[in-house]
Amino acid sequence: MAFALNAERERELNAILARYPNKMAACIPVLHLCQEGNDNWVSNEMIEYVADKLGLSAAHVKGVVTFYTLFNQQRPGKHQVWVCRTLSCALRGADGILGYCEKKLGIHAGETTKDGKVTLRTAECLAACGTAPVIQVDTAYHENLTVEAVDRILDRLLYES
Amino acid sequence: MLKQTSYLTHSYDKGDGHKLAAYQLGSGYRGVRKALSMSPEAVIDECKKAHIRGRGGAGFDCGVKWSFMPKPSDKPHYLVINADEGEPGTFKDRSIMEKNPHALIEGCIIGCYAIGAHTCYIYVREELHLSRERLNFAIGEARAKGHIGRTPFGKPFPVEIHVHRGAGAYICGEETALLNSLEGKRGEPRLKPPFPAQYGLFGAPTTVNNVETIAILPTVFDMGGDEFSKLSTLHHFNDGGARLFGVSGHVKKPGLYEACVGLTLRELIYDLGGGILGDRQLLAVIPGGSSCPVHRPDEEVQVLNDPRFLPYNGKSILDLPLGVDTFRGIGSMLGTCGAIVLSDAADPVMAMQNLMRFYRHESCGQCTPCREGCGWIERIVDKVIQGRGSLQEVDQIHRIASNIMGNTICAFGDGAAQPALAFIRRFRSHFEDYIRNGGQSQTRTLAQ
Repeated sequence: MAFALNAERERELNAILARYPNKMAACIPVLHLCQEGNDNWVSNEMIEYVADKLGLSAAHVKGVVTFYTLFNQQRPGKHQVWVCRTLSCALRGADGILGYCEKKLGIHAGETTKDGKVTLRTAECLAACGTAPVIQVDTAYHENLTVEAVDRILDRLLYES
Repeated sequence: MLKQTSYLTHSYDKGDGHKLAAYQLGSGYRGVRKALSMSPEAVIDECKKAHIRGRGGAGFDCGVKWSFMPKPSDKPHYLVINADEGEPGTFKDRSIMEKNPHALIEGCIIGCYAIGAHTCYIYVREELHLSRERLNFAIGEARAKGHIGRTPFGKPFPVEIHVHRGAGAYICGEETALLNSLEGKRGEPRLKPPFPAQYGLFGAPTTVNNVETIAILPTVFDMGGDEFSKLSTLHHFNDGGARLFGVSGHVKKPGLYEACVGLTLRELIYDLGGGILGDRQLLAVIPGGSSCPVHRPDEEVQVLNDPRFLPYNGKSILDLPLGVDTFRGIGSMLGTCGAIVLSDAADPVMAMQNLMRFYRHESCGQCTPCREGCGWIERIVDKVIQGRGSLQEVDQIHRIASNIMGNTICAFGDGAAQPALAFIRRFRSHFEDYIRNGGQSQTRTLAQ
């Protein structure tokens, strides 16, 4: 099925286009806009749509999508959890945090729980080293974490109504 | 010398500190008025006097960088703010955008005026949702007041500021990769020359500055460039003012501290950082972000060909003031002033493995030495830790890293090779232990 944006997002798309002197520069913001309106993933139909809207080749848009880590080429879970594991976080126990998440969710990093609620990922440096260890849940950072705090956060994601 | 300041951080603890009302209670939007009353050339000269060394890691003088911009012509000029913060150990720009966004916006107006740009893009990494929210809110407030728009502070010099979203790529912190990304392309660095000042964003003259470099400008113009520079004890190294210092890893009080330039690592780790976690011994410190070489506390400063180093020669590296040229002088790098501290409970081989995984993951893949080399180094360190490595292979890391250095389009390659070389040079005995004991070592852990 062809991809389309709702009216509100369509307006936002035009606001994005107005910021740049050419349409290509809107490529990444528009992909974000479309991804957010599509359960956080980029389908081939969406790539065609963005290419058409911005006057680009689908190959260019696909090239952009595959370069950046935050464009999902498969549908993720309802919530996405990133565990930072780079040095400063690792020195403060990130491995333990990741191990706990994997155990509690019953999946490995990179996988989604069977009920589709949570996708667990590792992240390279979230730029919050002074408050390590850190995880990102959807758009929010959680800092100075302990295993107990992570447990509460995951419970909220798993058992929310 | 430890001299804490609060030019950027004074509003950090206040709940509404990020809003215009709080910002204007202090010296907010005073510096820009002064700057706009001067000619653009005079603004650049004042900035040169302040000796603001680029806070993004390269340490290039901000005023000098501005002076590379050509005279106004029919092509537009652009100011681009690099807010793609992601260097391991660095966490300062995010705090400015979240807690003091108006300082950045005021700085952007000054920067635009100095280089003749009417449009400024702030490239914020995708993960920093709150930063973008706060910036957009602040831009809205400033626009409503007329601080940005057609006539900022009555001056017929239109300025517009836009926030741009990244999409998750460390390499976009490299300025030409950032420009490609902003243009809607893959974030692959460009060959230089041409430099951005000649051919930057959309092929037009562009200056790319770090968030902190720009956010300190209001203070500089409020105070006067010369006076700002003299805050620093490294004024004679042309390294002026105050800046944000981060300390993370095995210290009791990790976090962000603002102080005059000239602080030493000992003061950062023991005075501000509260000392080593669990009162253990300091094993190693990476002075300013992971691309800097790692150092041992028993290293001595010995720079014989520069008289400015006479007061420091023979002293521990922990007592050398943190400055761009002081650390360059000892063959190291200051980077972003975000120190990562390892206590003797940590295993330096595993620390290197962690960082090499980072560089392998983040290499954009454009240049073969970096794309392949980072992976090779990571695999060798993996083998050593698994007990399958040999000393010849550790020596091979030296060859691989040396072949990356200087042979890639951008500085990422050097940034990966430098820490690799430093780890195998300064902690060789730890690698030998692993190899001799078939993958066993005394610590074999990173977390304390």
